[in-house]
Amino acid sequence: MRLRIPPPRHLAALVPLLGAGLLLVFLTLPLAALVLSSGWGETLSGLRHPLAVSALWLSFLTTGSSLILVLLLGTPLAWFLARHPGRLTETLATLLQLPIVVPPAVSGLALLLAFGRRGLLGPWLEGFGVSLPFTTAAVVLAEVFVSAPFYVQAAASAFRRLDPALLLVARSLGAGPSRFFFRVALPLSARGLAAGAAMCWSRALGEFGATLMFAGNLTGRTQTLPLAIYTAMETDLGPAKAMSVLLLAVALGLLLAVGQGTRGLVTRDDAQRAA
Amino acid sequence: MLSARLDVRRGQFRLSLTLEVPPGPTAIIGPNGAGKTTALLAVLGALPDVEGTLSVDGATLLDSARGVDVPVEERRIAYVPQDYGLFPHLSVLDNVAFGLRQLPADDRGERVAAALHQLGLAHIQHRLPGSLSGGERQRVALARALAMRPRAVLLDEPLAALDKPTRLRVRSFLAEHLRGLAVPALVVTHDSADVLALGGPLVVLESGQVAQTGALGTVHSAPATEFGQAFWR
Repeated sequence: MRLRIPPPRHLAALVPLLGAGLLLVFLTLPLAALVLSSGWGETLSGLRHPLAVSALWLSFLTTGSSLILVLLLGTPLAWFLARHPGRLTETLATLLQLPIVVPPAVSGLALLLAFGRRGLLGPWLEGFGVSLPFTTAAVVLAEVFVSAPFYVQAAASAFRRLDPALLLVARSLGAGPSRFFFRVALPLSARGLAAGAAMCWSRALGEFGATLMFAGNLTGRTQTLPLAIYTAMETDLGPAKAMSVLLLAVALGLLLAVGQGTRGLVTRDDAQRAA
Repeated sequence: MLSARLDVRRGQFRLSLTLEVPPGPTAIIGPNGAGKTTALLAVLGALPDVEGTLSVDGATLLDSARGVDVPVEERRIAYVPQDYGLFPHLSVLDNVAFGLRQLPADDRGERVAAALHQLGLAHIQHRLPGSLSGGERQRVALARALAMRPRAVLLDEPLAALDKPTRLRVRSFLAEHLRGLAVPALVVTHDSADVLALGGPLVVLESGQVAQTGALGTVHSAPATEFGQAFWR
């Protein structure tokens, strides 16, 4: 229901409105500048620049791999957190949020100290002939590190919203935990999982600091789109702008898709509430 | 026949219960916090650390002294929670078929069709629970429970979620179906009209103990406790 809001009667009432407008302009202006400064032709030719082509492919490859890893490992973790409420899991869930708030440069250094040559696991990994830093695998690890918490948090809260009576009914109908998970819990949480996956992917796509520290900025190997934008800035603004417009478009598309996706599933959710 | 001697501890609360439930409906009544839902969950096998024995039709489902405790999944006891517990993303048909996975496809189809027909749901079998009325949902829950050919049926406040006119209609429908059952059905309710409609024996639970039990006529004409007297007013 929409209530009628009375128009402001005093000039003082306009102050918050002014502040709100100012912030709105500030938030949209840079993005508008980015789009307006690059035409279609310039964007397309910028994206054909060798730096852009290899970064595009690398970003696609690494964020795809990190997303798959996060979905495969994060879903069971989220399920565990949701199904075992208590002090321990609460602490665990809080710790898992750390990578969201820690500065990316700190994450990069931490990853180096854990998996670097002289890091905690470095010598052990070297025993298997594996050296992670400054490889494409390091990019994936950095992306998983900074993006996984977004998915795990969203997935756990989606699982927590499941009606516990459904689990009991499913069990009484002979369904074991795995059948309940795949047939009931997963479909009913799909909306939350998809939103979490989208957030997680976009965070991985934008990952810069930890990647730079842990994987470096090697064209074709570890130079993802954000790093390529940074590199291109120093020589030629064209490809930098083109890649930025592309990332902006992807981000916008993602936001719209998540909005659409959740709207499409609303009926299902309503059904859950009603049933 | 369902025979239970159950002892449940949940924090400060203790439920001590001896039941002999014949086929057909048996109502469980009692004040709030008496342990009615706990009793259902204990029979279902959903609670940890339940002591005692439970057997249905000769099958031992719990015998804590001998270390027997059949898990919920294998008890074959149907459970209908207060808001029916329908799977909102599955059609009426898929809800009813949910408990029949172990059957061959042909038998499953037959069993589901029979349950849908019996409860008058065939015409809405492809709809989602969210689009059904309260009475229809209740029937889907019952169809799903009966389709698995359970050893016993547990219903927790089956009519509480319905508005008054629907409740009147569904009450007689439900009572008729439960009276025709060849297996015991335990029905938790707080409404004397439900108890009268069911017509079966009655268990009065108070503070985790059976305060009175017997045929409807006996308990109705001579209630043993204050709650029992107030219940029929």
